[in-house]
Amino acid sequence: MDPLLIARWQFGITTVYHFLLVPLTIGLGPVVLFLHWRWVRTGDDRWYRATRFWGKLYLINFIMGVATGIVQEFQFGLAWSEYSRFVGDVFGAPLAMESLLAFFAESTFLGLWIFGWGRLPKPLHLATLAAAIAGSVASAYFILAANSWMQHPVGIRLEHGRPVMTDVWAVLTNNTAELAFAHTITGSLAVAGSFLLGIAWYQLWQRRRDGIDAVGADGRVVVGEDPSIPGRDRLDHRVWITSLRVGAAVAVVAFAAVAITGDAQGKLMFVQQPMKMAAAEAACHTGTSFSIITIGDPGSTDCSGIVYELEVPGVLSFLAKGDFTTPVKGVDELLPQYEAKYGTTLPDRAIYGARAGERIDYVPIMPVTYWGFRIMIGFGALAAFAAAVALWLTRKGTVPASKRLMQLAVLGILAPFGANAAGWIFTEMGRQPFVVAPNPTPGGVDGVYMFTAAAVSPGVSAGELLTSLVLLGLVYLVLLVVEVLLLTRFVRGGTASAVPELAEAHPDEEDAARRDDVLAFAY
Amino acid sequence: MSPLAVTWFVLIAVLWTGYLFLEGFDLGVGMHMLVSARDERERRLMLNTIGPVWDGNEVWLITAGGAMFAAFPYWYASLLSALYLPLVVVLVGLILRAVSIEFAGKGRTATWRRCWDTLMGLGSLVAAFGIGAALGLTTTGLPLDANGDRVGGPMAWFSPAAVLGGLAVVGFCLAHASTFLALKTDGPVRLRMRRFSAVAAPVALLPIVAWVLVVQARSGGPVGWALVAVAAAGGIGGAHAARRAREGRAFLGYGLLLVAGVAAIFTDVFPVVLPSTLDHAWDLTVGNASASPYSLAVMSAVAAFGVPLVVAYQAWTYWVFRKRLAPETIPAPHDFVPAVRAR
Ligand code: HDD
Ligand code: HEM
Ligand code: HEM
Repeated sequence: MDPLLIARWQFGITTVYHFLLVPLTIGLGPVVLFLHWRWVRTGDDRWYRATRFWGKLYLINFIMGVATGIVQEFQFGLAWSEYSRFVGDVFGAPLAMESLLAFFAESTFLGLWIFGWGRLPKPLHLATLAAAIAGSVASAYFILAANSWMQHPVGIRLEHGRPVMTDVWAVLTNNTAELAFAHTITGSLAVAGSFLLGIAWYQLWQRRRDGIDAVGADGRVVVGEDPSIPGRDRLDHRVWITSLRVGAAVAVVAFAAVAITGDAQGKLMFVQQPMKMAAAEAACHTGTSFSIITIGDPGSTDCSGIVYELEVPGVLSFLAKGDFTTPVKGVDELLPQYEAKYGTTLPDRAIYGARAGERIDYVPIMPVTYWGFRIMIGFGALAAFAAAVALWLTRKGTVPASKRLMQLAVLGILAPFGANAAGWIFTEMGRQPFVVAPNPTPGGVDGVYMFTAAAVSPGVSAGELLTSLVLLGLVYLVLLVVEVLLLTRFVRGGTASAVPELAEAHPDEEDAARRDDVLAFAY
Repeated sequence: MSPLAVTWFVLIAVLWTGYLFLEGFDLGVGMHMLVSARDERERRLMLNTIGPVWDGNEVWLITAGGAMFAAFPYWYASLLSALYLPLVVVLVGLILRAVSIEFAGKGRTATWRRCWDTLMGLGSLVAAFGIGAALGLTTTGLPLDANGDRVGGPMAWFSPAAVLGGLAVVGFCLAHASTFLALKTDGPVRLRMRRFSAVAAPVALLPIVAWVLVVQARSGGPVGWALVAVAAAGGIGGAHAARRAREGRAFLGYGLLLVAGVAAIFTDVFPVVLPSTLDHAWDLTVGNASASPYSLAVMSAVAAFGVPLVVAYQAWTYWVFRKRLAPETIPAPHDFVPAVRAR
């Protein structure tokens, strides 16, 4: 088997997996911070319970992000040693900054927050969460700056065939990175929004099904309580309806922001990675129309198999340039340009091994980029539409009794996750065959690019790669099952799963008996 | 060999030392949960001594990795790809450890808890051994060709040095965690760990002493010998304090053994960061493996700002959680039922 192929599958699988967990962490963090802040400000128990509940889910997810992130940090050296040697001078810096300036703060202050309940003064305790979340957001920025440099290398000069950093500010303020950051953060908020919406919907629906809440003649909710179920009091209703509406609002606003930033990214992509733009469209021929459905074989590079079924004239130009007439170059026009500039075959150098002399295919795998782009937009739009509908349906204080609708709301949690994964798969696979894409814009240093085929570790065998792929794959699979199991269990437990006081029969007596040095939280 | 590259060599030594010192007791606590705890209650007590800090400690490893990538990309690339399989196993160990800490208390049954606690112990053991093996080989060398790539197949790294390094770190973690637990707990665990730190710990520290001496004998100079003397003083002082139940001093003594011992090792190998056992012309050195002067300058500025800040707030965390934990201070596991009416 080809080590390159296994290494790519391994990187793709582990990274997409990491990025299933990360957006929830990034998005849920600010939401929990908001809830906690409201509690500190108002003292209203509703906010306290919401903070504890969503905070619990946040932590279960957080740990998985940490566990899979460690793999990310080391796999550049493990499987991609030539890549690390080539880019180390530039790429290592944001990575090291991420650890030193972001991960330390994130993990240390989160530890303080988890164990700080009842031990730190309230405002200070709130501040520890804020510091941890600032760490998350900063970590996203640094890693996206690193990734964006691979999409659009800046701040360098070429020395002995390798890039050498000349301007760290250029690397950190790469316009590709700034937009990717805005887009990814808002995309993560979309994830959190749908997460809150779906779970709060389930809880409100459960309250109705159990006959706790009812709907009056005017359509407004009549809130009840059930003392036999821990946590199912009147306040519980407010916890969920607040969560639901906060979530839905976040989802709608986040989608608007994601669309605006994504549009701006499209315009950059048009100048920075024209082939990716063409691949996003399965655009064989130069044109202006945005295709909604293309059938036939979008993977064919000779353009004979493509049939455009439904096209919107002008929209593609709008995405790329902001008007309705600029033609967007198609594969047939770009391919000769790429071949003239970067060669038709892999150079005869040692790092290519047996691959030297192979023909270079500059066209990314079209079905993946084409559908990846559409799934990203489609799933995002779907989730936002659902959130807007949810805001309307719940305006009178509770959710409809329909089980179908509840199931849809819960299922809807998955849509923004799918959009995120699809976005990354599109971005990374649209960059192929380069692992570091050339920078064709004016002022870009010519000659700084790297083919993926040259990046893999020369000393590592296919057997080793396969072993690690299977091992990591199995571990990840088991952990995914456990993560979903635990999240489900804590969701079904409601607020009592996160606020122990609610489950105690006589909280006042137990409080009195409790020693004041007992930890408020313990593993 | 630029002064900046030398500075970064020192900084990376500091990061590795910080990692071994801090996560040394985390990993050791994981192992003690497996070997020294009598029941579930004691395992939870041990786990909670590191509860608020373990993740922050682990970031020292991530930062050491990131700093090697940024400052010595060739070192990072060659070391990691040469040790592919053992490091993948280390990663799996670290993954299992991390999730076990979070997941153990979230199940219903004793079996669930037992499973994750066992994984916590095994993950810690595997990670400590593998990291020790990697560091051991960094000081004695790997079969690298002119490009810095490993020759001789997936297991070519396996050698007595790997085993010695692995045992050294495992042994140190067990010793270090015993003084840490004696310092951080009350009740039977404290007494048992006191005994461990006085009787078993000096034996557990023998491999790390052997490792330091091997490196020193191969390539050490006078500075190295001075550091070895400091390390020896720390070890002997620590054992002595442990025998007299001076928990704080025992912790510091063994800690000093580590810090001075690792400092001796890094001093001895300088300026070689990764020797090739095939041909010393192919050694990776501070001179030929480092990033460009500009990158190093940028990273120096970042480190000058970041490292003191990190040390300050991590120290504050230890201050906030300075209280000893006793069995009574750990709340009973909190169980809950689905918040829905049974049908
Ligand atoms: C909830 C998630 C989500 C949603 C709803 C969208 N995106 Fe997106 N998109 C991402 C999540 C994402 C992402 C996963 O975060 C990516 C991958 C890399 C990146 O920077 O962001 C991405 C990449 C990405 C790129 C590629 C950038 C590049 O490779 O240079 C473009 C052009 C867009 N997006 C455009 C859009 C547009 C026009 C959207 C219209 C609504 C949209 N995205 C919705
Ligand atoms: C921001 C930090 C990231 C960096 C530095 C990065 C870097 C890389 C590298 C080095 C490769 C291997 C070479 C290659 O096959 O192209 C790669 C491939 C890949 N990455 Fe990324 N990546 C990042 C983020 C992500 C994320 C978040 C995802 C998805 C969620 C992702 C998805 C992929 C996929 C699917 C591939 C395989 C593409 C292929 O081999 O065809 N990446 N990336
Ligand atoms: C391939 C590139 C990536 C690398 C090398 C990487 C590295 C890491 C590491 C080492 C951790 C664990 C930190 C700890 O122990 O506290 C982590 C977690 C995290 N990463 Fe990644 N990461 C990558 C991709 C991304 C991307 C693209 C983002 C966001 C845009 C991101 C955001 C985060 C966040 C917020 C965390 C915190 C914990 C969590 O996710 O639940 N990472 N990452």
